Amino acid sequence: MNLTLKIWRQEDAKSPGKMVTYPISNIEGHMSFLEMMDILNDELIEKGEEPVAFDHDCREGICGMCSMYINGEAHGPDRRVTTCQLHMRMFKDGETIHIEPFRANSFPVLKDLMVDRGAFDRIQQAGGYISVNTSGNTQDANSLPIPKADADLAMDAATCIGCGACVATCKNSSAMLFVSAKVSQYALLPQGRVEAKDRVLNMVNQMDIEGFGNCTNTGACEVECPKGISLDNIARMNRELIKAKA
Amino acid sequence: MSKSKFTTIGRKILMALSGFFLMFFLLQHLTINMLSVVSPDMFNDVSQFMGTNPVVQFALQPVLIFAVFFHFIMGIVLELQNRRARSIKYAYSKPGTNSSWISRNMIITGLVVLAFLGLHFYDFWVHEMTVKYGGGDMSGLINPNDLDSGYRYHEELVAKFVDPVRVIIYVISFVLLSLHLMHGFQSSFQSMGVSKGKNFIKKFGNVFAIAVPALFVFIAIYHHLQH
Repeated sequence: MNLTLKIWRQEDAKSPGKMVTYPISNIEGHMSFLEMMDILNDELIEKGEEPVAFDHDCREGICGMCSMYINGEAHGPDRRVTTCQLHMRMFKDGETIHIEPFRANSFPVLKDLMVDRGAFDRIQQAGGYISVNTSGNTQDANSLPIPKADADLAMDAATCIGCGACVATCKNSSAMLFVSAKVSQYALLPQGRVEAKDRVLNMVNQMDIEGFGNCTNTGACEVECPKGISLDNIARMNRELIKAKA
Repeated sequence: MSKSKFTTIGRKILMALSGFFLMFFLLQHLTINMLSVVSPDMFNDVSQFMGTNPVVQFALQPVLIFAVFFHFIMGIVLELQNRRARSIKYAYSKPGTNSSWISRNMIITGLVVLAFLGLHFYDFWVHEMTVKYGGGDMSGLINPNDLDSGYRYHEELVAKFVDPVRVIIYVISFVLLSLHLMHGFQSSFQSMGVSKGKNFIKKFGNVFAIAVPALFVFIAIYHHLQH
């Protein structure tokens, strides 16, 4: 298929950016979106132009590195997939595709479609862990009984890959879905309860320091999340915060 | 530990609590207003009680006024913070694919309701305050010098709805209030951390959001047609 790409080009973090139009031909429906971007970049390099910078790593939908706001949606028009798992068959021949970086002041653009999601790392470092003794006497995981329902919910929350689609898609650039997934995965398990109070306070505090917006419960994040993280996690985090503040 | 007094979540919880209070007040207001249709005498008696009871006037009324101001000031503050979180907007965005217009535009429906409150306060509250505390007339009578003249509340209420323009403004405002409540009701529960019974809360919230404003509209139109 033949497509018209309108891509955000930005020299570096300090330069102003703009949308630039690129025609591209001979794209197969079975290609992934990133493969299409690779082909575009090959063509740009052959012409002596600067290739489009974009984040990617595993290309298996599990690392959370790829981003892009494609045709008005984080990770594009498909559901429950990251950009690397988005296939070109989702688009029609002759279509114009708008490609922008994830936008939020807390995710500054580094170059073209690459954004700095270090804010998520700092939130994670503020409390997204459990302090366990790993000096050779770690107890067997099965020695601590955990209700199956709780284990399943914790696993669901833990599938968050921290890609930032929730922030990118939220009209308020809120990071609540990400933070709540990280808070929930520990809050649901006995190992996480020990530091539960400090965890939620510190992670929410860091989220506020990073300048993310407020959650207004539109539910857009849940729809666009490639891992289907539920809004129930946000409710759980709010309960955790109320308990911690009480 | 959190350094700010209120976290972003804390502010949302306060929005939800003030929202709950205002929704409860709406129900109470509606119950009294329905009396104006069912029994004008009872409406007059209750209005006189509410208008002169010191607990209502000097304890509940200030709380209500505080809740109204708090809810809209906090709503505007949150909206401004949210807008600041993304200085460069998307060139192309399709928010309709993942969220409802109502949930994204609480500030618009809220500001319309706020403008309506201005008119509503001017229509009834300012008048009541002027008569009672400005003019010193606590009798509630049509003619304060004539004990047999009867209470003025029902008569004044009906008089307000003679003007069709006012009725239309009221109807439009209540439609916007309905939209505000449709998201606000369920959103308040989510902010408070309630996730059990989500579907029931949503359905009940929709019934509340439609029924309460619809009955207010009914009262306005009823009095307009009855005058």
